[in-house]
Amino acid sequence: MAELRTETLTVNMGPQHPSTHGVLRLVLELDGETIRSARTTIGYLHTGIEKTAEQKKWQQVIPLVERMDYLAAQSNSLAYVLGVEKLLGLEMPTRVQDIRVLLAELQRLASHLVWLGTHAMEIGAVSMLFYALRERELLMNINELIAGFRFFPSYFRVGGLREDLPRGFHDAVNAFLARFPGKLDEYEGLLTKNDMFRRRTEGVGVLTQEEAMGWGLVGPIARASGSDYDVRKYFPYLTYATYDFEVATATEGDVFARYRTRIKEMRESWKICTQAIARITPTGVHACNDTRVVPPPKDKVYTEMEALIQHFLIYSQGFTVPAGEVYVPIEGPRGEHGVYLVSDGTNRPWRVKMRPPSFMAIQALPSIIEGGMIADVIAVIGSNDVVMGDCDR
Amino acid sequence: MDAAAIIDVLTALVPGAAYEPSPSVDFATLYVAPDRLVETCQALRDAPALGFNVLIEITAADYLPRQPRFEVVYHLLSIPHRSRVRLKVRAGDGDLVPTVQNVWPAAGWPEREVYDMFGIIFAGHPDLRRILTPDDWEGHPARKDYPVQIRKAVQTYEPLEITEEEFKANLERDRVRRPLAK
Amino acid sequence: MANELGTHDHSLMDPDLPLLTTTVEKVVQWARRSAIWPAQFGLACCAIEMMAMAASRYDIARFGAEVFRGSPRQSDLMIVAGRLSRKMAPAMRRVYDQMPEPKWVISMGACASVGGVFDNYAIVQGVDQVVPVDVYVPGCPPRPESLIYGIVQLQQKIARSRS
Repeated sequence: MAELRTETLTVNMGPQHPSTHGVLRLVLELDGETIRSARTTIGYLHTGIEKTAEQKKWQQVIPLVERMDYLAAQSNSLAYVLGVEKLLGLEMPTRVQDIRVLLAELQRLASHLVWLGTHAMEIGAVSMLFYALRERELLMNINELIAGFRFFPSYFRVGGLREDLPRGFHDAVNAFLARFPGKLDEYEGLLTKNDMFRRRTEGVGVLTQEEAMGWGLVGPIARASGSDYDVRKYFPYLTYATYDFEVATATEGDVFARYRTRIKEMRESWKICTQAIARITPTGVHACNDTRVVPPPKDKVYTEMEALIQHFLIYSQGFTVPAGEVYVPIEGPRGEHGVYLVSDGTNRPWRVKMRPPSFMAIQALPSIIEGGMIADVIAVIGSNDVVMGDCDR
Repeated sequence: MDAAAIIDVLTALVPGAAYEPSPSVDFATLYVAPDRLVETCQALRDAPALGFNVLIEITAADYLPRQPRFEVVYHLLSIPHRSRVRLKVRAGDGDLVPTVQNVWPAAGWPEREVYDMFGIIFAGHPDLRRILTPDDWEGHPARKDYPVQIRKAVQTYEPLEITEEEFKANLERDRVRRPLAK
Repeated sequence: MANELGTHDHSLMDPDLPLLTTTVEKVVQWARRSAIWPAQFGLACCAIEMMAMAASRYDIARFGAEVFRGSPRQSDLMIVAGRLSRKMAPAMRRVYDQMPEPKWVISMGACASVGGVFDNYAIVQGVDQVVPVDVYVPGCPPRPESLIYGIVQLQQKIARSRS
């Protein structure tokens, strides 16, 4: 019997690629369309944020840390701020915590909208990107209202918020929340029953629950494989224990299950937002009472001596945090986002380390895509929702 | 579970190991000696009373000028028991720390990152090389004696990584011989 | 009378004949600047603002940048959007070399222009150490309107240049 001699082809999906969600390099060994082996290289966006953060004061680290996972910027700063407040032993007023919950959930919606748009666009439904980014523009308007900046509002500060909510905040949020469910139904109508979308995503990139736990993936990826672990339910932080919402799960563990999980998560986030905005008063307390970390209001700074000294000390040398270490996990849009802080008792952090959910997701990527086809690589990377800024820091 | 309860369970399962609890503001923290690390991790994962099935992260901190200067930190999560624990291993410059990749596959890349950033070598790791910095980088950036800013010319061309003999040998190795279907 | 191309309508044969005369150079520059197709080179956060610029609110297709080409060989503009790390610099240089002439580079954001907030070992302090830059757009990230202004400035630069 004659033998057919073939070779495998090594293809580089280089760091510059439209569908790798940033600068990720995959070296694939292909036998026809099937992938024999895959090797990933990361580090093309390594920024040394953690080393730079050791040179800054505690409050100055917040803008740096926001630029790590740039799609869910406020979840980075929320984790950091909660960590510092735990080291300081501060308790926040309920209104501040509710505002933080609302903004964290709006951030989750924004991040999932970008995921939905890019994932669907890469699979082929190009118009989804324009629809999803259209909704995201409304969320960017809300960000602009509170901080003047679309992307990285450093609105969460140690000790509370930067300033009180502006006028028009409730109207903007209510308008967005009134509009959102109808739009989400539209997106689901485009994709969920779409035969082409289902054939490209069902049965692709299957990950069982034990594999997900073994790879350290706890987040929408593990929840699509059957786990119900959600940091907001297991280790409640802020005031999540008082809100009524469910955890989105699925059992198949393929790309379509992750899609359905995230869509359901968007609906649950919308529920939390409607409950939160009803509890928040338009004006009120926006920080805790601790004068070591919270600067006094500006009219007092201009008239009273103690307030001036306090303001000067906070902004020139910064506040000091007691020595110790802490790890605070929160439920970010990509999974468990945590920050490990080590303080040596001075006004600068000794070590800041973010636990990156995308790092673990890319580590698990070769085991998911090997044996599949090259077109499935795009679907799997999109469904893992990796952000290279989070992975490389 | 607090540190004392975890230490009680562990000393029964891992004989001869000495654990040292450490005060912390969030959850149980204990120090482990490097030679007992792998057995401790296996006990933490497999014992039904503990059940730490998820490795959250592995990181390190440099406490120069204190000796031993590094502390490798492992964060573990137990989903069935809703608890977390932090394991810490003290290591000096040049000390070896055993790898826990056989206990949790998730440990592969975080250990590579600790090697890249701090220079701590993990004994038994199948693929210990740099992950975040370029492959030919010198120094370990997160150490306290490494400068934050460096003045170095930007490398704009990558050298070819493979020789011609290696290329031909790879071709031969990758040939797949499949009989023709008749 | 002059129109936007700077030409004059002086047809001698028939005043009603719709005929314009101009120079080859002006037509070539008009064609080049009216249809600049960017190559996708989004690195970090600025890439998301670049996507927002291409989306429906700040539509960039009305300025001529109709599609973002995936391959650098089919594009004429490289918008470096995001922080350039030292590991990525050789890859970026290679992508720039693959683009055919004429090509332009916009450095978008503070990190691409001067290194931004990250003055450390890992980030190249300014993309112009690797590729020649035509327009710098400041911001962290720049608003989509800023980037559109940068592209319009680039179009005016192309109109002024000699081919």
